[in-house]
Amino acid sequence: MTVQIAGVASTPYGKHPDSSTRELFTDAALEALEDASLSVDDIEELYVGNFIGDLTDDQAHVGAMVADYLGARQAASMRTESACASASSAARSGAQAIRAGDADVALVGGVELMHTAGLEEVTDALANAADNEYENEAGLTFPGIYALIAQVYMDEFDVTSEDLAAVAVKNYDNGISNPIAQRQEETDVESVLESPPVATPLCLQDCCPITDGASAAVLVSETFADERGLETVVSFAGSGQSSDSLALQDRPDLARTRAAERAAEQAYERAGISAEDVDVAEVHDCFTIAEILAVESLGFFERGQGARGAVDGETALEGRIPVNTSGGLLAKGHPVGATGVGQLVEITKQLEGRHPNQVAGPTVGLTHTVGGSGASCVVNVLRAGGV
Amino acid sequence: MQEWFVDVAEHIADGDPIYLACEECGQVALPPRTVCPDCAGRSLEQRPLSETATVTAETTIFSSTPRYAEETPYTIVIATFEEGVRLTGQLRGAETVERGEEVRLGVESDGDHWLITFTPSD
Ligand SMILES: [Zn+2]
Repeated sequence: MTVQIAGVASTPYGKHPDSSTRELFTDAALEALEDASLSVDDIEELYVGNFIGDLTDDQAHVGAMVADYLGARQAASMRTESACASASSAARSGAQAIRAGDADVALVGGVELMHTAGLEEVTDALANAADNEYENEAGLTFPGIYALIAQVYMDEFDVTSEDLAAVAVKNYDNGISNPIAQRQEETDVESVLESPPVATPLCLQDCCPITDGASAAVLVSETFADERGLETVVSFAGSGQSSDSLALQDRPDLARTRAAERAAEQAYERAGISAEDVDVAEVHDCFTIAEILAVESLGFFERGQGARGAVDGETALEGRIPVNTSGGLLAKGHPVGATGVGQLVEITKQLEGRHPNQVAGPTVGLTHTVGGSGASCVVNVLRAGGV
Repeated sequence: MQEWFVDVAEHIADGDPIYLACEECGQVALPPRTVCPDCAGRSLEQRPLSETATVTAETTIFSSTPRYAEETPYTIVIATFEEGVRLTGQLRGAETVERGEEVRLGVESDGDHWLITFTPSD
């Protein structure tokens, strides 16, 4: 059973001081349903990614909560949690339910409100994706984990802080023309290097911001799309997911994301494509170094060559493989539990030809979302032209 | 903190740190594993771990969690032992260390919270 993407939406990413987890998700879900020309009554399954709501809102059972407030009490609802890859798992679960023939319509998405807590509290909550005893309790933060990875990578492959900064410059630039992006400002290599240190060698502009946001997508079976006369352009072609050690210290190579390599291999096989077929990608650039690791694990660059992407323009809008045309997590923002479907919204728009930073005629796109320091990864492949 | 971690930390405090080794494939690991992460074997043997290790990566943290807010900035080290396992801890006795430098394993406790530390050997 082919899975089609009938509608997508993201709320603006940034600050939503007057909203709440249930309200913000409802905003995104209603807009995605409108985009799909469907109603809440059509939803059979609802999967919602949310990572730190237990800690920031003192509220779990997020699946039922958003189904209730969306007016979709008939739906089978569930929260998916895989740290920052939570929403990508939601999308994957929805697609699996349809592919299995258990449902014709699945609403998938994610939501995170991160400004409700202070910076230290959010840093603490996010650190729950790491190994609590071996990492968190030692004072290792998320930027700290990626800083350790960056140091090893830079040493091994002779990559500089300037090379890392090129990723931020590119993604900030893309964010300016994306109306939902949180950071609407240019930067340059010098400004990145001069921004305050967060965890050496990473500076503030090497790191994604703290973001409130929600994203949603309506997935339907091909049969349902035909019956209802929906003009769906994009199909959910294949998905891969894999795991790695929870703690960074347990990986043989600290600067290699094996979960991502395995997820990509699986997704490519299921979609019947190879890395060369991908025309546009949204990858998990929670830190500049993370985009470099991502483009290598996805097979766009040889290992050790990923920095070339932003430095030489190969991942720019007009480049060989445009990466993070939305501005990525660095500029668009990173509402952790919503990010995977946020990426899917952007790729769907690229494949439908209606993206604010449209690339020329893409037919295959993908999303790459990493949980924690790489202990989990989901790769979802989308294709234009239906089946 | 989890009881298993307190046990790991107390072994360090007593001067006899430990790690696990798979009797079937030789893979090394840290407690509290019952299954070998490499071959899925169940014969993990507790062995004595060296008290010195080599710095594999280090970072100075400027934006911390509430627990260490007063001590920020501080430096985190991942160090590799000759047995093959790595541990993560806070640097003591120096402002910074270089990759490849030798450090000595230690532990600090305020009674209920345990922290692994590394101090330059010389
Ligand atoms: Zn083994």
